[in-house]
Amino acid sequence: MSAPLLEASGLRLSFGAVPALDDVALSIWPGEVVAIVGESGSGKTTLLRVLSGLVRPEAGEVLYRDPAGATHPVQAMGDAALRRLHRTDWGFVHQNPRDGLRLGVSAGGNIGERLMATGARHYGGIRQAAAEWLQRVEIDPARMDALPRTFSGGMQQRLQIARTLVTHPRLVFMDEPTGGLDVSVQARLLDLIRALVADLGLAVLLVTHDIAAARLLAHRLLVMRRGQVVEQGLTDRVLDDPQHEYTQLLVASVLAA
Amino acid sequence: MMAPGAENRSREAAVETVTGYNFGYLDENTKRMIRRALLKAVAIPGHQVPFGSREMPLPYGWGTGGIQVTASIIGPGDRLKVIDQGADDTTNAVSIRRFFARVAGVGTTERTADATIVQTRHRIPETPLREGQVLVYQVPMPEPLFRLEPRVAETKRLHALADYSLMHVKLYEDIARTGHIATSYNYPVMVNGRYLMSPSPIPAFDNPKMHRMAALQLFGAGREKRIYAVPPYTEVRSLDFEDHPFVPIRADAACELCGSRESYLDEVVTDDRGGRMFVCSDTDYCTTRQGTQGSAREAAE
Amino acid sequence: MYVAVKGGERAIEAAHAWLAEARRGDPALPELSVAQVEEQLGLAVDRVMAEGACHDRGLAALAIKQARGDLIEAAFLLRAYRTTLPRFGASLPLETGAMRIRRRISATYKDLPGGQVLGPTFDYTHRLLDFALAAEGEAPAPAPEAPAEAATMPRVTGILAQEGLMQPEPPGDAEPPDLTRQPLSFPADRPLRLQALARGDEGFLLALGYSTQRGYGNAHPFVGEIRMGEVAVEIVPPELGFPIAIGEITVTECQMVNQFAGSKTEPAQFTRGYGLVFGHGERKAMAMALVDRSLRARELGEEAEAPAQSEEFVLYHCDNVEATGFVEHLKLPHYVDFQSELEKIRQLRATALREAAE
Repeated sequence: MSAPLLEASGLRLSFGAVPALDDVALSIWPGEVVAIVGESGSGKTTLLRVLSGLVRPEAGEVLYRDPAGATHPVQAMGDAALRRLHRTDWGFVHQNPRDGLRLGVSAGGNIGERLMATGARHYGGIRQAAAEWLQRVEIDPARMDALPRTFSGGMQQRLQIARTLVTHPRLVFMDEPTGGLDVSVQARLLDLIRALVADLGLAVLLVTHDIAAARLLAHRLLVMRRGQVVEQGLTDRVLDDPQHEYTQLLVASVLAA
Repeated sequence: MMAPGAENRSREAAVETVTGYNFGYLDENTKRMIRRALLKAVAIPGHQVPFGSREMPLPYGWGTGGIQVTASIIGPGDRLKVIDQGADDTTNAVSIRRFFARVAGVGTTERTADATIVQTRHRIPETPLREGQVLVYQVPMPEPLFRLEPRVAETKRLHALADYSLMHVKLYEDIARTGHIATSYNYPVMVNGRYLMSPSPIPAFDNPKMHRMAALQLFGAGREKRIYAVPPYTEVRSLDFEDHPFVPIRADAACELCGSRESYLDEVVTDDRGGRMFVCSDTDYCTTRQGTQGSAREAAE
Repeated sequence: MYVAVKGGERAIEAAHAWLAEARRGDPALPELSVAQVEEQLGLAVDRVMAEGACHDRGLAALAIKQARGDLIEAAFLLRAYRTTLPRFGASLPLETGAMRIRRRISATYKDLPGGQVLGPTFDYTHRLLDFALAAEGEAPAPAPEAPAEAATMPRVTGILAQEGLMQPEPPGDAEPPDLTRQPLSFPADRPLRLQALARGDEGFLLALGYSTQRGYGNAHPFVGEIRMGEVAVEIVPPELGFPIAIGEITVTECQMVNQFAGSKTEPAQFTRGYGLVFGHGERKAMAMALVDRSLRARELGEEAEAPAQSEEFVLYHCDNVEATGFVEHLKLPHYVDFQSELEKIRQLRATALREAAE
């Protein structure tokens, strides 16, 4: 835990007159799960997109530290380098599995794509890795050649996670990964994510409006409102003893529900 | 550099076959523009270079790209061979050879070994090409990814990023579904370890001939307005998997005429009761072999 | 003993001879003259000039005769001729506001300066076959003539612009791109798009324009104005430095007026879809104006999901000479590819049958 994997400071971005990010700073260390919570429109998804290099901020900097320890400003990376990073050391799990999967390509092909993009050329080896990852995300490896469009929503999401993790990234961005799912399916998926994170020592930046999901997964919590981080700290501290009135409202609304 | 008009007049007297057109049909400025595109293409093997393709007097899709490339590099001392499906006497090959005989008055040949330029559609000759020869391919669709991604702007981006996982996934899916890579022609190749390239619709059987070929390989796509090239002795690899290596396939038969078991064969239907036979697709190769067999027989008698 | 088919050259020559005979038809009938085509099949000539991208009525008529009335083939002949001509440069923009009007209609104003001029139109003919034309008749009685309007007719879009309701087009001094010299590249700016559409296939543009009216793309068009007539073509020879008129051509111009809801930076106003073609080509000019406007979707910040709004889709597929060549190339021999497919299918089937047997 020597140095952060990702360090952001002074991030600013507005859409017209509306500030989406207002002087946001954030760091994440290896193996750490950080949740960004807030209502929709609070800027949390924008923050995730800026941190992962998909959107350029108007001001501020995001630094990525590679496995050798060298740091790189994400916004200065070329498209090719950023794309490589997204396929190797980073992963991105979208809320809608359709955005993270090729629905016309088999489950095995979806997992294999990331391996082939990083140079794997042994068909049998790719099949074996795909089978292992299907098992890890609790999909029957016999479904390897089935198309994801025949899968349930929960299975599609688990497949997306397998596809993302197969190259052993150190940092994974997750945008409302349980968003579109039934409550019972959500619980199973959260358990799965928790187990994988612990096994693999992943760092995860999780965007969610679901306080319960954040409590289950995150070590640390950032509360966002109107583009600002209004409160942050260890998850239990923030949720059990919220200081900012907005956090108090968020927590209360969960308790009431 | 002469003005194009002056060039035009000076050639008119020399070439009697058609009047009113420049040597090789294209004007000198156009040829120079195409040669610049060719130089760029040679410098970046496998990379598609856009060029100001002209409207030719032959239909798009019928070899206008190859014709423009040939017209830009051909000189009065060249000997041109034109093949379509491996044969010199298919109608489109005849038509293109006639075109150059009319507009450039160059010598033509059917013998691969005698040609300085070979323009081809769909085949690479069986006789190995040597240094100094140029093989010009007619290309209908230069983009190897077009079936997987039809948007040209997007495929350009994928080439820039050297992101070819779409193609690898397609090959993976083929094997998962059928046990084999299902592509039999226009089989994608990796050029110089950098650019994914369409070899034009040659049978996959011909792909290995592209690898480290001694001759210069030029590709012209007139309708899509792109040119690309493989310089001599460049690495050209057919995409495959370590445990499913690329295998060139041909009909498992011998040529009925020359007996070759190495050449690519056309299947000829001889009746409507299932009768068929196989003959070489490369007519020059086949005729040459028949000739040597004939003279060997005569010598023996 | 099998002998490979030979004689491609003789076959081609025979085919050409037969074609010439078929073109002439029954020699007992008088031969059609190029002048007759030019005079009596004028709209076909106009279409071939537009799609052949070459304004020469006599050559277009010759091409139609040579192509046996196949207008795409005729446009192809004209294009292949055009490409051999030296390029002198670009003319000044045509001043269609100063057109000598033969036809001018507006669907947005009941009356306006200069009035509505129907001109030689099919619009209100009843589509009943006129059997009198089948008999060789006399020339029709001359049409009644009105005295020529002295004043030029203002353009409807100009009237809207006076009120600030019409989005102005940015003026440009730059020489327009020439897509017969430079390949299309994307994103394509509007001059390049208009150039491609002006050469584009009438049928393709008609279908696309129609699709925008049926909900594939968000069109709310009004025909601000269609005008057809003669305009002067002017160039500035470098050695003179001032414009001179080099002749007069007939063109049809259509300006479609479309609503635009406005954005954060711009108030609501009307936007233009523009069509201009050689000769009397009203259907093409209208379709072109619809498609031009739909291709502006992205720059105006509108949703761009429909085919008619996709630059790549429209511009890569609107050229009928390219499309014809590529569709028809399928009839060229593909023995070699097909043979490789045969071998591959046999291999795949053998594998499947073997696995089924196991």
